[in-house]
Amino acid sequence: MRFSLSINGRIHHVDEDGQTPLLWVLRDTLKLTGTKYGCGVAQCGACTVHVDGQPMRSCSLALEAVSSAQIVTIEAVDGAETKAIQDAWVARDVPQCGFCQSGQVMSAVALLRAIPAPTDDDIDIAMSGNICRCATYNRIRAAIHDAAGRLGSGQS
Amino acid sequence: MIEASAPKRRFEMTRRKMILGGTLVGGAMVVGYTATHPMQVAGAIFQGGGPDPEPSAFGSFIRIAPDGWVTIVNKQQELGQGVHAGMAAMIAEELDADWDRVRVIDAHANFRAYGMQGPAGSNSIATNWDPMRNAGAAARAMFVAAAALRWGVPRKLIDVHNGVVSHPASKRSATFAELLADAARQTPPQQPALKQPKDYRLIGTDRVRRKDSLPKSTGAQIYAQDIQLPDMLVAMVAHSPRFGGRMAKFDPSDARKVKGVVDVFAIETGVAVVAESTFAARQGRDALRVEWDDSVAETRSTPELVRYYHETAARRTDLEPSDFHSKGKDAEVAFGPDAIEFAFDFPYLAHAPMETLDCVAQVSGWDVKIISGSHLATVDQVQAARAAATIPGRVDVEIVPAGGSFGRRGNLAADYLVECVRIAKRASGRPVKLIWTREDEMSSGLFRPMAHHRIWVELAPNGFPSRWRHHVVAQPLLPVGPNAQAVEGIAESPYLTAAEVIDGKIFSPNFPVPVAFWRSVGHSFNGMVMEHVVDQLARRVGRDPAAYRRAIYQRAGATRHLAVLDELCGKAAWGQPLEPGWAQGIAVHECFGTVVGQVAEVRLQDGRPVVRRVVAVVDCGIAVSPDQIAAQMESGIGFGLSAALYGAVTLRDGIVQETNFDTYPVVRMNEMPAIETYIIPSTNRPSGMGEPGVPPIAPAIANALLALTGSPTRSLPFLHGGAANAGFSNAGSANTSRI
Repeated sequence: MRFSLSINGRIHHVDEDGQTPLLWVLRDTLKLTGTKYGCGVAQCGACTVHVDGQPMRSCSLALEAVSSAQIVTIEAVDGAETKAIQDAWVARDVPQCGFCQSGQVMSAVALLRAIPAPTDDDIDIAMSGNICRCATYNRIRAAIHDAAGRLGSGQS
Repeated sequence: MIEASAPKRRFEMTRRKMILGGTLVGGAMVVGYTATHPMQVAGAIFQGGGPDPEPSAFGSFIRIAPDGWVTIVNKQQELGQGVHAGMAAMIAEELDADWDRVRVIDAHANFRAYGMQGPAGSNSIATNWDPMRNAGAAARAMFVAAAALRWGVPRKLIDVHNGVVSHPASKRSATFAELLADAARQTPPQQPALKQPKDYRLIGTDRVRRKDSLPKSTGAQIYAQDIQLPDMLVAMVAHSPRFGGRMAKFDPSDARKVKGVVDVFAIETGVAVVAESTFAARQGRDALRVEWDDSVAETRSTPELVRYYHETAARRTDLEPSDFHSKGKDAEVAFGPDAIEFAFDFPYLAHAPMETLDCVAQVSGWDVKIISGSHLATVDQVQAARAAATIPGRVDVEIVPAGGSFGRRGNLAADYLVECVRIAKRASGRPVKLIWTREDEMSSGLFRPMAHHRIWVELAPNGFPSRWRHHVVAQPLLPVGPNAQAVEGIAESPYLTAAEVIDGKIFSPNFPVPVAFWRSVGHSFNGMVMEHVVDQLARRVGRDPAAYRRAIYQRAGATRHLAVLDELCGKAAWGQPLEPGWAQGIAVHECFGTVVGQVAEVRLQDGRPVVRRVVAVVDCGIAVSPDQIAAQMESGIGFGLSAALYGAVTLRDGIVQETNFDTYPVVRMNEMPAIETYIIPSTNRPSGMGEPGVPPIAPAIANALLALTGSPTRSLPFLHGGAANAGFSNAGSANTSRI
């Protein structure tokens, strides 16, 4: 079945089964491989994308359920929050294996857009859906605070 | 890894010159790196038809471009542990390169050029300390020689700093770029002078940073899962749900009806479904009907295995042990009634790296191309050759960063990679990407072994162990040889040094559940056993646990343990009372030559241990990359905490019950303690850091709980969950310690 998807600001026409998870449309059909497969059951967050601005697990979203949504992936997420987050990630050498980090960044950007100066509790709530087996959590937390501070002081 | 567009093959002329004037060892052109290992010579033979690494006048590990940028070829797999930065720093230090103009690329597997490739036992920095420094120093000497010739000044008056060669007396200087052609014509010294640690400008500083943080923060980093090639197929395999089960028959008809499925066929490990996309392969596999022959499969459940382990330790099965450590004439004699008895049970653990197992393989006639997050690259190369019935020299293994491994990708059988090659052999030359789902990965075995420990300790009148009996039941990690990995960290423990009688025995049962290396290997349970036992002994004789350890380390001459302990007690404010409900627990354990001490601050909330802070101290010799040492401490603690709180893989009728993160929980953001890491200054050779942060966290928590409740921990994980019904809860509690 043919679907028209809005991904990263462009309309893509894909001919797939409507039950195909968005993740595999992104990765296999559109070759947008920054979004990762980690668990397939919305447990790990490696596949996080923005759907109408909200962080969602693309492994558990059927294609037919998102055909009218605005989808943004790690390849195109931008704006002041994204730059601040990615700069802070690099400044602190947050990633280790790095495989979860696309999802971490997508969740962190969504957090800063919703709560510009998050508390530790806000970070716990927003980021606990993203597993990191290298346990880079402390650096992620610190980098989110760094990014929020930079945005708040207008240095972005 | 970031690979900028490095110019290629600029040095063919100089390479010819080098072969005439350089050293040819084991078929390899090497600079500052002598290949003497017999396996390297064997590798040279096997590599006969294999592609050479890109020739460079500066040897296999260093390429320098006309713009002066230094490209360092990292032979060790980047699994997240930051090894690429440490490998590059060792070279850049001796080369006196400009770290900001150093890039790192991943080597392909090539025994001839690089020797063994594969992090194991946290060995990358330790075993490459000399070769990488020598390579850097030899290349530096070539620049010095070229400048001395050009300027007509003595070599010893020439300085190199940040990629600039200078003769301070005449105020002349030239960059690597300006001297490149001349330097490349110099003969590398066989034994270049190496710096003294006091002269390091890069090693040991916070300037040593990862080179891959940007692509790993933007989604640009390519892993094996992300490889896209023209005509590529995606494969999934239906494996036996039970270990040792064999495919009896299968019906592919429904699978073949799935749109996108290209082929369905049996392979040695099950039934492969090959498709045009990952989701089609998955749907095809779901539609398969397979009957499995379980006649030789493991069909027991975990409680039966636990019972068997207990019976074995009690000498009530026919499994005979072997001695791993024996001291004193009467080591076999029964310990007296005053012996304090301890017992521990540990479950199987899965690795669960974020990237599940995957691999790309293409088989074209005799030639095999692999793209993989290949942990043991040279082993993988040989295994791929065996699977394709070719020679390793015809197998090109392109290594891409792995999305974690924790030992899972580093198994000697190269299970997933071999499976991918077997499928690719049937794909008419098309590249095949094999994807294992999370469920495939977690139920695939090669687990951290289950283990049962029984320990009997008799104390001398001075309160220290005088007799130590230690019996371990654990499957062997290697197919041959003593089961040494299962007991590592016991025999060499300072707690045994002063004992007059030691009776260490290992029982090594064999059954179809495959076990293998899991981050910190045997130390993953032996650290818990030794550190929780010694805490209980301290409390039994009324001593402070840190003071008791200190006295033992002093008697044993364990100076590094002592220094770690003292620093730890200071930094953690050991002994200072915490708020009501909180307690500290301490553990100090040596793993792969690195001594790590941790103090955890713990409370019990609704019966669950909550860890808010961990203070960690490490002696890993010279700290090559301090920030990555801290990162690995944080990582090791988080990984060890996941296992300690939740980790258990259990079997029901032989079938794995924990197959995804919903049933195999791991630590998340909200459970991660604050961590402080302190590094003991040292001029000793560096040891590793990828694993040694893992073992102390479980006993540090157990010791804090002991302080809080007076009750010892007898099994892991602390939160049993599903494992509670699997034989772990209170397992081995009968008549154990009388603390």
